[in-house]
Amino acid sequence: MIFAEVQPRGVPKPWGLCAAAFLLLALLVGLGVGSIAIGPVGIVESALSHIPFVHVDSPLSSVEEAIVWQLRAPRVVLAALVGGMLAVAGASYQGVFRNPLVDPYLLGVAAGAGLGATLVIAYGGASGQLVPPAAFGGAALSVALAYALGRSAGRSRSTTALVLAGVTVATFMAAVQTFVQQQHSDQLQNVYVWLLGGFSTATWHDVAVVTPYIAVSTTVLVLHRRVLDVLSVGDDEAASLGVDVGRVRLVIVAAATIGTAAAVAVSGLIAFVGIIVPHAIRMLVSTSYRAVVPLSLLAGGGFLALTDVLARTVLSPQELPIGVITAFFGAPFFAVVLARNR
Amino acid sequence: MIELADVSVSLGGVPVLERISFRVEGGEWVGLLGPNGAGKTTALRALAGLVDHTGVIRLGGDELSGLGRRALARRVTLVPQQPERPPGLTVAEYVLLGRTPYLSYFGSERAADRAAAARALARLELDRFATRSLGSLSGGELQRAVLARALAQEAKILLLDEPTTALDLGRQQQALELVASLREDGLTIVSAMHDLTLAGLYSDRLVLLDRGRVAAEGSATDVLSPDNIAGWYGASVKVVEDDGTIYVLPQRD
Repeated sequence: MIFAEVQPRGVPKPWGLCAAAFLLLALLVGLGVGSIAIGPVGIVESALSHIPFVHVDSPLSSVEEAIVWQLRAPRVVLAALVGGMLAVAGASYQGVFRNPLVDPYLLGVAAGAGLGATLVIAYGGASGQLVPPAAFGGAALSVALAYALGRSAGRSRSTTALVLAGVTVATFMAAVQTFVQQQHSDQLQNVYVWLLGGFSTATWHDVAVVTPYIAVSTTVLVLHRRVLDVLSVGDDEAASLGVDVGRVRLVIVAAATIGTAAAVAVSGLIAFVGIIVPHAIRMLVSTSYRAVVPLSLLAGGGFLALTDVLARTVLSPQELPIGVITAFFGAPFFAVVLARNR
Repeated sequence: MIELADVSVSLGGVPVLERISFRVEGGEWVGLLGPNGAGKTTALRALAGLVDHTGVIRLGGDELSGLGRRALARRVTLVPQQPERPPGLTVAEYVLLGRTPYLSYFGSERAADRAAAARALARLELDRFATRSLGSLSGGELQRAVLARALAQEAKILLLDEPTTALDLGRQQQALELVASLREDGLTIVSAMHDLTLAGLYSDRLVLLDRGRVAAEGSATDVLSPDNIAGWYGASVKVVEDDGTIYVLPQRD
């Protein structure tokens, strides 16, 4: 009886457990590694001691407690949230555009966020608090413009028009950003630090600000995992299967953009996560979005949390920009994917 | 039953179909013929609701433009000329996509959907291939997987755009025999076809399109005359009738 075999693979259990274990391990490493090393058992017991009605005493000193929960934890959690978001958004963009090499910055999120942040750094004076909302606004505006331009360029269902519109908007935003940056060369250093991305200033406040956006965005995208598989057979066939392709594409792009913009607003422009993670899952597990999307969320979170550990330890006490590390591993990986896609 | 009455379609301001009218009875197989650019594919796309049309298309008495996308997908299934076949999906996963019109937007397949996909796989003798990836199949097996996906959709109207392109002669015949056998399930078939002999051999009736209009309609004997073919295709052919079958053979003058 073949009936048992006629089912989608979804997320194979062993891989689901692997990805969850990877994320957990990355979080423990992130909390434990640093100028003062703290063992995983201590961290787990300390964590349990903070849970009401669980009677475990923390073995950590009050200084260690502060290091783990006030300095490292917000940073590790933020890196995991941003990593998961960028990976899921990357996978979704790849599905919507049926192109395995696109990333979540395709429609101008990065250029728009860069322009927003640069404007505030250049004209906003010392107040760094306005940078995230300005970056978020720039990113969202950029994609909205690209979408409007892509739709007005004739065939609303064509992805090519949308991609070209994204390139157009991104180029324009980058031109304005460079101009503003050159006019305020005294702020060049601050702009660069933001563009390269990182979590060195992460606080629980940042985590609280981005969590709602990332939660909504990833929930919507994970719910679309089967629909992304339907889109993989092409616009016409998806439409003849009863899917409103134009609307679905808009919903997925909008959800991915809101989450990505929020992630970029608090972490700067971190490249390649949205390509490396979904592809690693395609190579290891399956190309069905029912596996790629949920596993990208877990593995992306673990990947960026670990990358951040490298960023703050490799040249310690100096920090490497995290974007340098993701690009250092990402570029060769990208080349391999490109070669395999011939 | 399918009925087209004065159906016109324009693409980017260019008229592609101009007031075409024809009927397809329930259970019938109608072959759409015509030279390149005659509007065969556009006619199929109009029947699948993929392009806007003026005039009236009726499916079993209901106007197509009044049907929702999902309702239409339960009645009509389209196999495009070059379907996208994501190489990483398993045959089972691919065939299950055919159940999309029956699933809620965020829902997943239930037992009934898996049973329908299993029936489609068995019907096309793909049982053994359920867990194989599409990328590992041969051309003929892929063609069967595409038909199984269409069958799992359980629509009564099957639209085929050039179902035998890129297949060798033997595979062409196998594919068409397979389609012919699906009619036992009560399917109504409209197919765009290039090969005139095969079109005449398998279809009940032929509709010849030229520059967006119906140029001729009827049995193979009526439509596939040397004059018609010379006139509409600009081709020089010899037409041989043998035991009721029409053979269209290219010749040099």
